[in-house]
Amino acid sequence: MRRNINVITSVDWLTIFLYLLLVLLGWINIYSAVYDDEHKSIFDFTQRYGKQIIFIAAAVFIAVCLLIIESNFYSLFAYGIYALMILLLISVLFLGKEVNGSRSWFEMGEVRLQPAEFAKFATCLALARLLSDHNFRFRDRKFVARIILIIMLPVGLILLQRDAGSALVYYLFIIVLYREGMPALIFFLGLAIPVLFVVTLLFDKIYLFVFLLSLFYIFFYAMYLNLKHLGISLAIFTGSVLLAISYFFINNQETDWSYVLLVSFGLSSLVYFFLEFRYKLRNAFIINMIVLCSIGFTFTVDYVYNNVLHKHQKIRIDVLLGLDQDVKGVGYNVNQSMIAIGSGGPFGKGFLHGTQTKLNYVPEQDTDFIFCTVGEEWGFTGSVFVLLLFAFLLIRLIYLAERQRSVFSRVYGYGVVAILFFHLAINIGMTIGLAPVIGIPLPFFSYGGSSLWAFTILIFIFLRLDSSRMQLL
Amino acid sequence: MDSFAQRKYIIGALILLMLLTFVIRLFYLQIINEEYKISAENNSRRYVVQYPSRGLVYDRNGKLLVENQAAYDIMVIPRQIKDLDTFALCQLMDVDIEYARKFFRREKNSYKPVVFIPQLSLEKFAAIQDHLFKFPDFYPQTRSLRKYPFPNAAHVLGYIGEVDSSIISKNPYYKMGDYIGISGIEKSYEDELRGRKGVKIFLVDVHNRIKENFENGKYDTAAIVGNDITTTLDIELQKYGELLMANKRGGIVAIEPSTGEILALVSSPSYDPNLLVGRARSKNYPVLNADIEMKPLFNRAIMSSQTPPGSTFKLVNALVGLQEGVITRESRFSCSAGYIIGSFKVGCHAHASPLDLENSIGNSCNAYYCNVFRKIVDNRKYKSVRKGYEVWRRHVNSFGLGTVIDTDLPMSKSYSGTIGNPDRWDKIHGKGKWKSLSIISLAIGQGEVGASPFQLANLVSAIANRGYFYIPHIVKKIAGNRKVDKKYLKKVFTTVESRHFEPVINGMELAVYGPGGTAHIAQIEGIRVCGKTGTAQNPHGENHSLFVAFAPKENPKIAIAVLVENGGYGGTWAAPIASLMMEKYLKDSISGPLRKDLEKRMIEGDLIHKNNEAQH
Ligand SMILES: [Zn+2]
Repeated sequence: MRRNINVITSVDWLTIFLYLLLVLLGWINIYSAVYDDEHKSIFDFTQRYGKQIIFIAAAVFIAVCLLIIESNFYSLFAYGIYALMILLLISVLFLGKEVNGSRSWFEMGEVRLQPAEFAKFATCLALARLLSDHNFRFRDRKFVARIILIIMLPVGLILLQRDAGSALVYYLFIIVLYREGMPALIFFLGLAIPVLFVVTLLFDKIYLFVFLLSLFYIFFYAMYLNLKHLGISLAIFTGSVLLAISYFFINNQETDWSYVLLVSFGLSSLVYFFLEFRYKLRNAFIINMIVLCSIGFTFTVDYVYNNVLHKHQKIRIDVLLGLDQDVKGVGYNVNQSMIAIGSGGPFGKGFLHGTQTKLNYVPEQDTDFIFCTVGEEWGFTGSVFVLLLFAFLLIRLIYLAERQRSVFSRVYGYGVVAILFFHLAINIGMTIGLAPVIGIPLPFFSYGGSSLWAFTILIFIFLRLDSSRMQLL
Repeated sequence: MDSFAQRKYIIGALILLMLLTFVIRLFYLQIINEEYKISAENNSRRYVVQYPSRGLVYDRNGKLLVENQAAYDIMVIPRQIKDLDTFALCQLMDVDIEYARKFFRREKNSYKPVVFIPQLSLEKFAAIQDHLFKFPDFYPQTRSLRKYPFPNAAHVLGYIGEVDSSIISKNPYYKMGDYIGISGIEKSYEDELRGRKGVKIFLVDVHNRIKENFENGKYDTAAIVGNDITTTLDIELQKYGELLMANKRGGIVAIEPSTGEILALVSSPSYDPNLLVGRARSKNYPVLNADIEMKPLFNRAIMSSQTPPGSTFKLVNALVGLQEGVITRESRFSCSAGYIIGSFKVGCHAHASPLDLENSIGNSCNAYYCNVFRKIVDNRKYKSVRKGYEVWRRHVNSFGLGTVIDTDLPMSKSYSGTIGNPDRWDKIHGKGKWKSLSIISLAIGQGEVGASPFQLANLVSAIANRGYFYIPHIVKKIAGNRKVDKKYLKKVFTTVESRHFEPVINGMELAVYGPGGTAHIAQIEGIRVCGKTGTAQNPHGENHSLFVAFAPKENPKIAIAVLVENGGYGGTWAAPIASLMMEKYLKDSISGPLRKDLEKRMIEGDLIHKNNEAQH
């Protein structure tokens, strides 16, 4: 049963509005980042903001085309598109223009295209097609193998282009897999291990402890709403901490906070273990164990990093995580980026008044570090506004994905969410020193045609699928 | 159908959790932490200090004494350097390659501009200027150094040097590398001469290139040039004084009595002030400082304040005696080759006896002043010797002896000279056990009495004015309509009334013209000179020669004190030098073959090397 519904009335205008707003804000910030007194005209096409106008116009054109195409085209040709992209990824290795030792760009006159950007939506389509198979089960090894193949093929090719950032994006497809029934434990471990790994090396482990502990107590309180148990547990915790502090004090030793917290936490969590056994709360027990294991894991990472790894191995990890403190190196960029954002204060320095970005203190300020311009010129208010827009968009996309009748559309929707989420988390996290420096663009904001078009395609295919959701039973 | 639908909440929660973390982090970075705002300013704002040129210094006739010369610091920001050809650089700038290597090893991490080569002269800089473009990371910064057209008056003018950390911590105006007056006028008039630094704020980009004026120069301040100063010095007289004092240790101070203006302040041996300019200072200062034989940095005109004034001090005792009424101008005391009481004797030379007051000055009779001094101190009126002594001492202090004269020469405040403290007599002789006879050497200006040439010049100035003086000072006018301190325009009265000065002045005239006068050599044709010789006993060698004088007798134009160390009698060296100085000042040149001959003898006289030979 098919109903012909006009795309114009059925498409989700709210998402389009959010998309256009983000693109516009992005352009304003590119203009500001590139702006100098000699080039003021917004239509100066020798300047990046001028070029970005062309890119945006092309993106709008692409969007319109995508909305016109029949929606079942995407599921029908999902594998075909995927295969085409894989071919492009392979050919760019041989035919691409070499920039800084890696071939990841096609250059056609003025226009440069990066196949890795477009491989994302193709992979998304292919994955959607696979998971929407009626016979799909996670227990079926054959399917799992295919999932891995679909994801790892572009990852491998992109890694060959030495574009680790773009390759890492594919990792977040575990969000999609989780939504489609992958065991929760794998999902949480899959998320927790890399996050804990990075966080352990990036920050003092004491912060991580405090974070995990608060999470633990909030979780248990939320689960049982029992103040008495929480009170007992916290009392044991506090008593243990005080005892340990006085022990260190009497022995005139410096308090080792991480051990104090660890032991105290272990003792206090016994209360909950007791409850869990008594009331046979399997899930609670598992989560309790996860927190404990997380802590154990951070210790292991910390220990291995400090005591087992050789110096050159450490350096490699440091460089990967942007911990390299060489002032001219990655650490310098992050520091300058945080200075720029921090100096914005509550309300920012105003449009075109950012000094740090304007004076080129921040590297890549119109591409990977575009968020610095937002932070410096629009301050905390502007930064939070942008974050809220993104949050709104992501939540909206989840909502749209959930209302799909076809598994294909839903999987694809979650794929969009996962890709955007990863870019957002890493890009902004990197500028504010919470994530390692991985060079990936901020969706809709960063200068560049490839990434803008890739995100446009990603979103508008989904909007097209969504607009015709009623056509399917 | 879809059993995992509730997982959307977990996914949504994860997204919101991350965004919440970001918001918290942004709140910390942008609102709580101030460090990043400061870093941002340090990053991008370049404060370029605008150095004002220091005020110039002129003599009383408008001759330039201190001017500025440009020097060029070669600056570099070591962190910025790329592909430096150190060898070519060293060749161009004419420095040792080792120096450059050491410099870069030390400074390689600096983001701030540092001085690579300090203070290149204009000539040297001009030679390399055209080639500097080959080293774009190096740029010149203009500095202003002092230059002295006359190699004279070093002690008066003083010198400037870079501030040290103790000055910076006391006065926030000064920053590392700034100059400050360290001695002389440069020090006492630092606030006038230095002007006010300005600052230009620029925005600089990551490569330290200046991009634009910060806020269109709204916060810039212009440098205000230092005020020019006209001193009271007569550089020709100063020069002449230094010439006369060549190869002698000592000092000359000449004052215009009607104003207190210091016409010349000579300390010998001296040095060329150009030796202590800029880079040369670090090389030359230690040499001058280490010269303990000559002590060229020691300003004898002011710092030789422990030298006994000898017989010149009799003038003071005569005046105090008259004021206290213990003598009159007719009082006569006999002298039998000295002052003798029992076995106690203060010797005197042969002269007619008894003498009246005027002739006692002319002949410089010791016995006369022993009598006068004892009459003052033992005055029944004051009931005790101590009281009498204190009255005497107060009178003496009123002439600026043994007290600080609040002048504008920096060192003068710490060299106030000595007039024996009664507590000290208590200590030596026991409380109340001392008598006027115990301290009788004060009568003739020996013992616990010391005065610098500067103080003696002020003393004669007060005598020339018949009872008051103007505080001697070195600055006549400050440009920019700044009035000189009012204290220099006020008469400072001594405790001796004006009417008592006439006989003393007559006595000084007799010393120069009278029969048996001790200073006939000081006569100047056509000008009535009043003077008094003095010989300061020197336990370490030949006595010091002293002479104080003023001229002309009526409406005095110059008051002078001369100290020539190891010069023997006052009449031998000090008197002729003082007389030549006065002639030079009053008549502009030395006239007559006799005087010319005297001048030649004085200039050529070498007391330093003569004494050394005597010692060997
Ligand atoms: Zn006598």
